[in-house]
Amino acid sequence: MSLSPIEGVALAEIESGGDGDAPRSRGVVGRSPGQLALARLRRDRTARVSAALLVFFVVVALVAPLLSIVYGVGPGEDFKDKLDRCCGMPLGYLGGISGEHWFGLEPGTGRDIFIRMVYGLRTSLLIAFSAAVLSTALGVTLGVVAGYLGGWVDAVITWITDLVLAMPFLIIALALAPTLVLRFYGERDAVPEAFGVGMLIVIFAVFGWTSTARLVRGQVIALREREFVEAARASGAGLGHMLFRQLLPNIWAPILVAFSLAVPQFITSEAALAFIGVGLTDETPSFGRMIYRSLDYLQTDPAYVFFPGVTIFALVLAFNLFGDALRDALDPKSSR
Amino acid sequence: MARFLIKRIFSATLTLFVVSVLTFLMFFALPRDPVSGMCPKNCNPERLERVREELGLRDPLVTQYAGYMKGIVTGRDLGSAQGGRCDAPCLGWSYVANEAVSDTIARVLPVTLSIVIPAAILWLLLGVGLGMVSALRRGTWVDRAAIGFSLTGASLQLYFVGAVLMLVFVYTTRLLPVPGYTSILDNPLKWASGLVLAWVALAFLFSAIYARLSRAQMLETLSEDFVRTARAKGLAKPQVYGRHALRAAITPVVTIAGLDVGGALGGTVITELTFGLTGLGRTAVDAVKAGDLPTIMATVLISAFFVVVANLVVDLLYAAIDPRVRLG
Repeated sequence: MSLSPIEGVALAEIESGGDGDAPRSRGVVGRSPGQLALARLRRDRTARVSAALLVFFVVVALVAPLLSIVYGVGPGEDFKDKLDRCCGMPLGYLGGISGEHWFGLEPGTGRDIFIRMVYGLRTSLLIAFSAAVLSTALGVTLGVVAGYLGGWVDAVITWITDLVLAMPFLIIALALAPTLVLRFYGERDAVPEAFGVGMLIVIFAVFGWTSTARLVRGQVIALREREFVEAARASGAGLGHMLFRQLLPNIWAPILVAFSLAVPQFITSEAALAFIGVGLTDETPSFGRMIYRSLDYLQTDPAYVFFPGVTIFALVLAFNLFGDALRDALDPKSSR
Repeated sequence: MARFLIKRIFSATLTLFVVSVLTFLMFFALPRDPVSGMCPKNCNPERLERVREELGLRDPLVTQYAGYMKGIVTGRDLGSAQGGRCDAPCLGWSYVANEAVSDTIARVLPVTLSIVIPAAILWLLLGVGLGMVSALRRGTWVDRAAIGFSLTGASLQLYFVGAVLMLVFVYTTRLLPVPGYTSILDNPLKWASGLVLAWVALAFLFSAIYARLSRAQMLETLSEDFVRTARAKGLAKPQVYGRHALRAAITPVVTIAGLDVGGALGGTVITELTFGLTGLGRTAVDAVKAGDLPTIMATVLISAFFVVVANLVVDLLYAAIDPRVRLG
């Protein structure tokens, strides 16, 4: 965050307006909007359930290597001897579910579905969170600058937003991904896992910031003419201070909601890209690849479609529910 | 009004221009030889050379780009191997499909239109309807059911829903034929039965956003004074909700709808792949995979065109719906 230096007196004045209003001596406990929102969130049952589910998913993703040791199977191991000879279908009921393989085996490759899902969760969450952080940062910066400065800066940023929206994302990503890979690696070189993941994050960030930028721009335009902004400007606050100290703290609620809704969007985008054949190689476990592969076995091995499909649904649903609850909790007008 | 329109059309044209330049550059940044993709198996070196010559790949990029653009506006003469004279709007010749790109587009565009237009009508009606009903019945089981429905839709993926729908209606119960495209002019019933699964899948997923958005907007509008005034002066409920409140609540819905419909018209890639339909989206994906530059350019330009036009239409609709936003 770039803060331009401002004079000490002005700073003191501006800051004293912010937090000196709760008369604590009278025994009335003043609560900040953030505390109020948190209290509302705690009372909301949907929020509690979805938050618990999200924490569970994140913890599973974080301790994946540990789980792998306890479970006794690694993500790259295959069990071809447990597939039938003719067509590579897993032996046993429901796609080979057993005490050793909780969710059965992948047809064809014979890999353990449970441990692939645990590691896939790790990849998908890493990509989605990083992409959401980057695209939100980009969108907030551009939106706040466009909204506050107005004029030609606003016109240019708005036009760039329209331009990015006009590009067909899936097609461009499809064309761009092999180009990027070949820029850094030769035709036959093995592409490291981290590169594929990083490339997806960058593609998502470059194409994903537009909605946040639009949202923030609209909010800032509404705030721009308010008295406190004028007061800060009159006290000689610099641009950086205006943008990041005066305006941003007033719009963090919609930004937080947009962020929480961007994460599931990137999880599904990764899967959509895998579906058209962009993104990670089969070596990297990811939900997108898994679902894409599993759809071929919809009729022959429904269990293989079921487990990753239901898990990604639960994950995205939990994010959406939590985002909604967050929006309700942060809205000062909401009575819940 | 006229000034606003001219300004918007100018910026839309500029957007299309930049999209075309970017697509052109991106394709030429591809490290592989564009010609090898245009000439399938058993290609001898002489033929490759001839293709290079005919496509003008030896010319500087600017000349190539200018030639392409000139073709769109006035038409141009292509080599005899490329079908000779190519009338405006000339989108070039595809060596992969071995036909003029405009012919390919003319074949696949109706498919995408047939998928998107009925689906869009369905998802708008369903989404806005659900949103309104749940706002008016706030807190009841109707509201909860509508929210549940829309959250489910928002959390599902098209290829998953599509695969399940296919399994249930096509492979297991055989209620519907395998999805395919028949022209509506030939056989409207076959047209509908071949596409209905795509409509339902798209509508289910898309209507979710509209239901949530219009519910939130409607709730906000219902608490406003003018709604109470309208009720107080004795207007009937349907009159108040249907005309006064809906009109005020619907502007953000229109914005999102414009973007969605515009984006979808440019190719519903996942839908087309899931249901095995060959529309713009699938054509574009195939073209990228085959390195077929003229077709890529055409599909990207057409989808950008739809988005830009949809944005323009939204701006104009705004003024029609909400008198407070008369354009200056």
